Amino acid sequence: MDRIPAIELKNITKTFGKIVANHNVSLSVNRGEILAILGENGSGKTTLMNMISGIYFPDSGHILIDGEEVVIKSPKDSFDYGVGMIHQHFKLVDVLSAAENIVLGLKGKYNLKEASAEVSRIASQYGFEIDPAKKIYEMSVSEKQTVEIIKVLYRGADILILDEPTAVLTPQETSKLFAILRRMRDDGKAIVIITHKLHEVLSLSDRVAVLRKGEYICTLETKDATEASLTEAMVGKKVALNIDRAEPKDPEDRLVIKDLDCVNREGAKVLDDVTFTARSGEILGIAGIAGSGQRELLEAIAGLQHVQSGEIVYNDPKTGKVENLRDKTPMQIRQLGVRLSFVPEDRLGMGLVGNMDIIDNMMLRSYRKGKSAFLQRKEPRDLANEIIKSLEVVTPSASTPVRRLSGGNVQKVLVGREIASTPTVLMAAYPVRGLDINSSYMIYNLLNQQKENGVAVIFVGEDLDVLLELCDRILVIGSGKVTGLVNARTATKEEIGLLMTKSSAENEEGGANNE
Amino acid sequence: MIIDKILYILANAVNNGMPVLFGSTGEIMTEKSGHLNLGIPGIMAVGGISGVVTAFFYQQVEGRSKFLMILLPLLATLLGSLVMGLIYCFLTVTLRANQNVTGLALTTFGIGIGNFFGASIIKLSHSSLTSVRIDETSKLFKATLPFAKKLGAFGQLFFSYRFLVYLGIIIAVVCAYILKRTRVGLHLRAVGENPATADAAGINVNRYKYVSTCVGSMIAGLGGLFYCIDKNGWSNDNIGPLGWLAIALVIFAMWRPNLAIFGSILFGLLLNLYDLIPALDLNIKFPHGYDKLFKMVPYIVTVIVLIITSARKKRENQPPASLGLNYFREDR
Repeated sequence: MDRIPAIELKNITKTFGKIVANHNVSLSVNRGEILAILGENGSGKTTLMNMISGIYFPDSGHILIDGEEVVIKSPKDSFDYGVGMIHQHFKLVDVLSAAENIVLGLKGKYNLKEASAEVSRIASQYGFEIDPAKKIYEMSVSEKQTVEIIKVLYRGADILILDEPTAVLTPQETSKLFAILRRMRDDGKAIVIITHKLHEVLSLSDRVAVLRKGEYICTLETKDATEASLTEAMVGKKVALNIDRAEPKDPEDRLVIKDLDCVNREGAKVLDDVTFTARSGEILGIAGIAGSGQRELLEAIAGLQHVQSGEIVYNDPKTGKVENLRDKTPMQIRQLGVRLSFVPEDRLGMGLVGNMDIIDNMMLRSYRKGKSAFLQRKEPRDLANEIIKSLEVVTPSASTPVRRLSGGNVQKVLVGREIASTPTVLMAAYPVRGLDINSSYMIYNLLNQQKENGVAVIFVGEDLDVLLELCDRILVIGSGKVTGLVNARTATKEEIGLLMTKSSAENEEGGANNE
Repeated sequence: MIIDKILYILANAVNNGMPVLFGSTGEIMTEKSGHLNLGIPGIMAVGGISGVVTAFFYQQVEGRSKFLMILLPLLATLLGSLVMGLIYCFLTVTLRANQNVTGLALTTFGIGIGNFFGASIIKLSHSSLTSVRIDETSKLFKATLPFAKKLGAFGQLFFSYRFLVYLGIIIAVVCAYILKRTRVGLHLRAVGENPATADAAGINVNRYKYVSTCVGSMIAGLGGLFYCIDKNGWSNDNIGPLGWLAIALVIFAMWRPNLAIFGSILFGLLLNLYDLIPALDLNIKFPHGYDKLFKMVPYIVTVIVLIITSARKKRENQPPASLGLNYFREDR
C-alpha cells in the first residue's frame, strides 16, 4: 500500500515495573479505514492506545502521524495532532450540560449559544442525536458516549480511538454507533476501535490487529478473517502450567443456583437466568470477559447483592438441611450455620482494612465470638502468626498495617483468613491478579487443599490456561448469561474463547429481530 | 409608624447580615474549587484585626487623610486574609493535607490572633481600654449618602447604607455572574466537580484552586472588617460564630452567591431578634435573660436548614462533587 498511514506505530514497548504491557508492537491505520484492535483482557490494547493519546509514554519505539515522527507527552499534544480518544470511563462533569462539557478547557470567547449550534451541526452531519442543553447526569450511557465523541470532533480530531465503546451499549445503540462510525470513515477519518467481541470486528472493521499478552500477533484483512481464525489468534496455543489437579472425591451438590436474575444500579440486567451447581470437593471455574456479571454473581451468593428472582440453595453437609440463601444478609447466612468464605476482587476495599494490622484484620471475621466487653486478642494473634508462618507472608510483624504489604502478601493474608474459618464453600474472585508466579502457585495449592478437604470452591479467573489446569468444570458466562459449562479436562481454549463471546452475538441478532 | 419600623428593621438586618454575606460569598468561591475551607471564621478574624490595628495606628498619625483612613485598613484586611488563604492553599492544595483539620486549625489560630492583638495586648499596657477602638475610622466607614434621607422610604430602603454594604452585594452579584456566565466560572465549576476531567481538558487545576481559595479568603476577610467597623473596634470572640453562620449560609444558598444576599438579610434579621422584639412594643413581658434565647435562633434555623437541604435531592443544589477531596493527578 503506498498511502501514508494516519498513525503508524513501530516497535512500541511499554513496561510497568516487571510487567510488560506491550512488547515490540507495530501497526498502522489509514485514513478512511476502521482498524479493530482485538485481544483478551490484559492483552495491552488500552495501554497501547493510551500511548497515542498521551496518557502513557512508550519506553521505546516510534509513533508516526502522517509519516512524521512525533513525540506525544500529554493529552494536549495528542489533541494537537488531531487524535481524539474516547475512554471507557467517560471524562465528563455530571452537573454541566453537554455543550458546557464539550467546550470545557478551550480558550477564546465563551459563547454557549454558538457552541451549541456547532454541536448540533456536527451531530446532524454524522447522524448523532443530542440535546446540547441536557445535563450529563440526566443522560443515558449512550448519550454520554455521544457527548464524548462530539467533544473530540468539536476539537477537530480526525483520528478517533474508541476504547471498547460497545461494552456499555444495548444492541440497538451499538448498531446506531456503528452506522455513525462508518459514516465517519467514509468522510476520511481514521478510526481505531478496541474490542474483544469477534462479531463486532467482523461486522465493522476493515482490518484487524490482534494482540495477545502484550505481544503483537498479526494484522488481518477483515474480509479474509473468520471467527475461528480470530479466536485462535486471540487466545493462542495452550500453555502447560503443571498445576496439580486431583480427581474430585465423592462430590455432592453443595450450592445450587437456579434462574438467578439481578439488575445493577442503573437498572441494566447483569445476571440473566443463571443456573449452575457448585459441588463439594471440586473447583468450579467461572470464565468470562471482565464485567459479564461475575462480581454480581459472587456478591449475590455472599448476600451483598439484591436478587431479582431465582434461588440460591445451600445443602448443609452435616445436618443435611436445605437452606435458601437468597436475599439474606451475610450475618443471617452465618447464623444459619452456613460457612461461606469470600475472597473478593477488591482486596483492600472489601476484603481487608488497609490501615489495620494483620491481627485486627483476622478479628474482622471473629469479633463476635468473645463473651466479655473486651477484645480477646490472643486467638487472632495466634492465627495471624500461623498464617504468616505457613503461607510465608513477608511482613515485619503481625502488627504491620496491611496496606504496607505487597499485593501477593495481602492476598495471602486474605485467603489465609478465609480458609481458617473452615468454610464449606469458598469463592475467590481473581485471586491471583497482580501476583507473581510463586505467589500464584501458592494460591493454587491452597485452593487445591480446600478442594481435597471437601470444600466447594468457586474460582473466577481471567487466564484461560489457569482455568483449564486448575478447575474441574468451567462455567462460561457472557453478558450475564450462562453460555456453557465444560469439562476442564477435555475443553480447549478456543472452545471457551468462543463461548465467552457467544452470547453478545446472540443478543445482537435478538435485538435486530425486536426492531 | 409601622412603615418606619419595618424600614428600620430591614436596614438593621442588612447591616447585621453583611459580615455573613462576605464570609459566605468567599466560602462559595472556595468550595466551588472543591475545597471546604472551615478556616473562614479564623480568616474573618484575621481580616478584621488586620484592618482594625492598621486603622488604630493610622488614626493617631498627624495630618492623616480621610482617603487613606479608609484605604489602608481595607488593604490591610485584604493582605491579612490573603496570607491566611495562602497558608490554607499551601497546606491543602500543594501538600494535600486534610482540609477539615487544616481549616479548623486556621479558625482556632485566626481567632486567637484576633483576640491577642485586639484585646490582650492593650490590657498588658495598662490602658483603661479593654480592646482596640477605632471610632474615628469607623465613623468614616459608616458614612452614607447625604441625599438618602430626602428620598423618603425609597431612599431609606436603597440608599441609606454605608459603602461596604454595596460592595458586599456587588461582589456577590459579580461572583454569581462569573460562576454562571463565564469561561473562568465554567472551568472553576469543573475543577470542583471533577478535577480529573478538568485536568484532562487542559485546565490548570491547582491554579484554579489557589486563585479561587485566596480570592475567597480576601472576600471573607472583608466581612471581619465590616463587623469590627460596626462595633467601632475589636470585640472578643464575636467573629467566630459569624464565620460558622457564613459557612451555614453557603449550604442555605445552595452555593449561589446571589441567593446568599437574601439569606444574609434573613440571618441578619434573626441575629438581632433579641434587640428587635422589645423595640416592637408588643406588650409581652419577657422573663429575665430572654435575650440569650433569641440569640440562639439563627443557629437553630441553621440546623433546620441543614436538615432540609440534606433531604433535598436535586443535583444542582448539591455541593460540588469533589468537595473536601484533595486532587492528586497520579492517584488514578
